[in-house]
Amino acid sequence: MFTARNKGRLALGAVAVGAALALSGCASGDPLDSGDQDPGADSSVIVVGSQAYYSNEIIAEIYAQALENAGFEVEREFRIGQRDAYLPSLEDGSVDLFPEYTGNLLQFYDPDTEATASEDVYAALQEALPDGLTVLDQSPATDQDSYNVTEAFAAEHGLSSLEDLASVGVPLVLGGPPELEARPYGPTGLAEKYGVDVAFQATGDTTVEDLLAGTVNIANVYSADPRIQTEGLVTLDDPKGLFLASNIVPLVNAAIADEIADVINAVSAKLTPEGLVDLNVRSTVDQESTAAIATAWLTEQGLI
Amino acid sequence: MNLFADAIAWIFSPERVTGSHPIGQAVAEHLFYTFVSVLIAGFIAIPLGWLIGHTGRGREVAVAISGAARAIPSFGLLVLLVLVFGVLHKPEAAVVTFVLLAIPSILAGAYAGLEAIDRRVIDAGRAMGMTEWQILWRIEVPLGLPLLIGGLRSAALQVVATVTIAAYVNLGGVGYYIIQGLPLRRFDQILGGALVVVALALVLDGLFALVQQLVVPRGVAAGRTPDVRGAPNRRRAAVEPATK
Repeated sequence: MFTARNKGRLALGAVAVGAALALSGCASGDPLDSGDQDPGADSSVIVVGSQAYYSNEIIAEIYAQALENAGFEVEREFRIGQRDAYLPSLEDGSVDLFPEYTGNLLQFYDPDTEATASEDVYAALQEALPDGLTVLDQSPATDQDSYNVTEAFAAEHGLSSLEDLASVGVPLVLGGPPELEARPYGPTGLAEKYGVDVAFQATGDTTVEDLLAGTVNIANVYSADPRIQTEGLVTLDDPKGLFLASNIVPLVNAAIADEIADVINAVSAKLTPEGLVDLNVRSTVDQESTAAIATAWLTEQGLI
Repeated sequence: MNLFADAIAWIFSPERVTGSHPIGQAVAEHLFYTFVSVLIAGFIAIPLGWLIGHTGRGREVAVAISGAARAIPSFGLLVLLVLVFGVLHKPEAAVVTFVLLAIPSILAGAYAGLEAIDRRVIDAGRAMGMTEWQILWRIEVPLGLPLLIGGLRSAALQVVATVTIAAYVNLGGVGYYIIQGLPLRRFDQILGGALVVVALALVLDGLFALVQQLVVPRGVAAGRTPDVRGAPNRRRAAVEPATK
């Protein structure tokens, strides 16, 4: 994927970043610093990107505010969309920092990966990333695919783990985004790892609603989705490691990784799985703005 | 070109018949939603269009409303309606979306067909003692038919292309291949699905073009709109005075 031209541009970007950092140093009040001509070319500005997913945007905003507090100049490029859309921007250096998920990101670069445990995935990810990109410390917070059933369904069939599904007497229908059908952890993975045969429905954005309405009886929901709590869903355990662990991890341009590592690693360390669900609840239930949620969280954690 | 070769290979791979989403079923679902939506839209828009065309009243309102309806983003409307109707009524939500998409073209075709008729023909009918119903059914409807079919044709074309989004709410159709292929980065599948939609659109358009030719009433052959641009010069000279 890496052409010589890309590499050249990257090298140029790296030199520019180094030079700009050397010039500006730690003094954020440096008068030379503010006189940037072209934000794209002037690399003292750290461009933070995010997916078009509210939870991802909150984390990106937390990164941005933490960096601003530490004296960096930050530009926000939020809601870029899917990996296809934003990874090229990271690879060519036009975006410097992006909140990512270890498992899903690894699967993008290495679709046939065998790693499923959190540490293995993180190690494999560092191997799989292209030159010029690196990850900082992964956070304990995870936001990964999980299979959920309603409380009533779990009680009726005595379900607590994916293994229990094999003994359920009724036809099982799995709902999730259309691509789940072809993912290694989709219906084929369930059959291979747990011997569970399921039909598949591409319920997309209404997966939870479909589960509650009964059109499907197993739903693929992200583990940090507040609706698992608010709708009383039961997440089935995955003892055989069907799903890749997907911890939140900052994906950064290698050229600036060392510069921002302290600030961002401090954020990652404080972000817990429960904390992430809380942040999501503030967005979806309390309808607070992303910026307000980020500021409140950083203040609570004593980071700003 | 390589991607096109891959896409063609994808379409004709045996998995399209044996896989979990056989292409025949997808095409059937796709055409089903197209047909039902255009049919319902026709039942609403054709009588309304004739009423407007016959009475000459309400044209401004119809133009304004159908113009505004054209600006509705179908995708947003579909997702909104699924949330409003509930997930158990996804097919209804999809049909309502596509009906709203189809109405403006059909409505325009229906009233424009009636308005385009030479007023002297209608006056002659009235002078002969025809009732309003007779004027509508014996003069206006037959003479307006080619434009009405034209409206149905563009409605069907828009709907068949837009039914692609039905897959987003789990209703299948050819769009499923595209919507599933995007996050999986299966570009052969995406392009293959898109090519099937294009083929469906072309076939439907061809059928309507044929019908449009057939429904021109006998005796008003001069009313056929000849494809003047495509005709050789000598024929063009011969045809033009006849249409005036």
